[in-house]
Amino acid sequence: MAVIIDPLLIVVLLLNFFVLGASRMKSIISGSAAQGVVLGAIALLAHDEFGFQALLIALVTITLKGIGIPWMLGRALRDVGIRREVEPYIGLIPSLLVGALGTGLAILFAHALPLAKQSVGSLLVPTSLSTVLTGFILLTSRRKAISQVVGYLILENGVFIMGLTLVSAMPFLVEMGVLLDLLVGIFVMGIIVNHIQREYASLDTTRLSQLKG
Amino acid sequence: MALILIIVPLCLAITAFLVPWDRLRPWIVTIGGVVQLGLVAVALATPDVHGLNGWLVLDPVGRVVLGFTTVLFVACSFYVPGYLAQRPAGNKRIFCACVLLVLSILTLITEAYHLGLMWVAIEASTLATAPLLYFNRTPRSLEAVWKYLLIGSVGIALALLGCFFLGYASLYAGRAPSLLLNDLLHNAPYMSRSWLHAAFILLLVGYGTKMGLAPMHTWKPDAYGEAPGVAGTLLAGGLTSGAFLAILRIYRVCIAAGEGNFARKPMIVLGLFSMLVAGLFMAKQKDFKRMLAYSSVEHMGILVLGIGLGGAAAFGTVLHLMNNGFTKGVLFLSAGNIHRAFGSKSTDDVRGALKKVPYSGALLLAGFFAITGTPPFGPFLSEFTIFNAAIGSGQYLIGALFLLMLVVVFVGMGATLLSVLQGEPSPSTAKVLAPERILTVAPAIGLLAIVLMLGIYIPTPVETLLRAAALSLEGR
Repeated sequence: MAVIIDPLLIVVLLLNFFVLGASRMKSIISGSAAQGVVLGAIALLAHDEFGFQALLIALVTITLKGIGIPWMLGRALRDVGIRREVEPYIGLIPSLLVGALGTGLAILFAHALPLAKQSVGSLLVPTSLSTVLTGFILLTSRRKAISQVVGYLILENGVFIMGLTLVSAMPFLVEMGVLLDLLVGIFVMGIIVNHIQREYASLDTTRLSQLKG
Repeated sequence: MALILIIVPLCLAITAFLVPWDRLRPWIVTIGGVVQLGLVAVALATPDVHGLNGWLVLDPVGRVVLGFTTVLFVACSFYVPGYLAQRPAGNKRIFCACVLLVLSILTLITEAYHLGLMWVAIEASTLATAPLLYFNRTPRSLEAVWKYLLIGSVGIALALLGCFFLGYASLYAGRAPSLLLNDLLHNAPYMSRSWLHAAFILLLVGYGTKMGLAPMHTWKPDAYGEAPGVAGTLLAGGLTSGAFLAILRIYRVCIAAGEGNFARKPMIVLGLFSMLVAGLFMAKQKDFKRMLAYSSVEHMGILVLGIGLGGAAAFGTVLHLMNNGFTKGVLFLSAGNIHRAFGSKSTDDVRGALKKVPYSGALLLAGFFAITGTPPFGPFLSEFTIFNAAIGSGQYLIGALFLLMLVVVFVGMGATLLSVLQGEPSPSTAKVLAPERILTVAPAIGLLAIVLMLGIYIPTPVETLLRAAALSLEGR
């Protein structure tokens, strides 16, 4: 199975860089959507047998991470009428460099940890860590509330990849619960984003600075 | 039984959402609190409570948390009708439904014996409290809820990564990976050490964010500062205890793996650091509700420090968990009353609270003495037990630092609170905006009575519960 999964994981890594380097909000959202679809495919392949469960999880993943959430974010974006991430705290090129450095470190770190027989050679662990790092970079370096939500989404994608090493241990209900929490979480964040927009006529989170000390 | 405890409040939450009468709605919360108290009393009297094939187990520490959070909720549930009567504008439908939903989720956290299920429950608790924080619909509460959601969700995502690492640690050992706590405890001696270590750190940081340990506490002053008193109580007394319970469960896996020493070190560091940060930020704090948040940071620090000390400190820690929960109830409910009476929570505007709202002022004063560890209140006893354990086990430096931080906190907190309580209310704020009512004062008095009782005499059934919980954490 590693023959197909590894190239897909490399696609995930490339999408990380794409999102880090994109300045248009639309591209950031579609990058995360593409990553969601790829994750769904990987989830299907990672299960030992093509059962009903594997198919359902893959379908739900693609529907939520690939279509539903990006659609919600896209709508929020249209409502607020912004196009670009202006003046991120860390520029696009530096964040790409940090991302590349992080990916390198993730690979080294994954090598340092003893890997179980089942996943030796697979890129699952390093890709997971690198995606988590990408999420962190987006969360901390972008100013717009929507970019931060995408950062959280990508962070969750990284955790999701790590979960694939344990498909046999994660009961179906828990996997569904995790996805449901994610959906509701993004939904609530979407509502808050909307209120921020109405209150401040901007989605710049630097305006959220009244509370100090 | 285990499932009933979760489903009953959930059904009442749905009822509270659906009934069309706004006057009846807050009383459904009260009914929920009382009914749940009865159910929990039955569950605690039953020796073995479990359900769903080992997914729900009420273990000794879970019993303690379930017990005291339910009592705390009952106090809140009587406060809610009084509070909402003074807040005609907010969305009561969502407020009441969310309060009951939090009760249901909190019960699920105390019973969840599957790490995945526990994670889902803790994340759900973050989402269910967000509408409570945004109840007043001010720009400030918007900012608070945004930080709360984002920081909380990120922290908790790290905890999920930690859960997976833990599963991977047993996979590496050639064991069937499972996230059921009983399986993990069973597999623990064979787990890969490096994965277990990495998992523990991630879980400590992740759930530590939910607990509000420094330096992951940055959401806390904002959220508690803007939260209505009831939401503050549920967060500071209930949900943070739930997150601490999650850390304790992981700690038990570490003990079973023989890695208790590894796990205790970062807990001591985080504990002392949280106390330090809390002490520093409390000095010159201008906002008395934000100050309560730093007090919560401090006490979360004491809790992890207590576990980090190991041995006899475990009993003190479990007792302190309970004391902290009840005392936070007294503080947040009375501070909420003062906030509403003055229409401000800044020390520039609020003076002479003892004259203007005598009951709430006196309660806040008593709560302040209780939380800073003054005898004869409960926290004194538990903090003293922890200090004693530190000295008894030869960890003098930690014991000394612990005492020093307690003094710093006492001075910092006292300076702010006394300026709020004493003096004359300035003429501009002489009008009482929201008078005290029985429903907004009596719950806090009840909680204070419990805190006082716990400092003088611990009833035998409670002591049995605490001893059993401490025994499971001593790691012998």
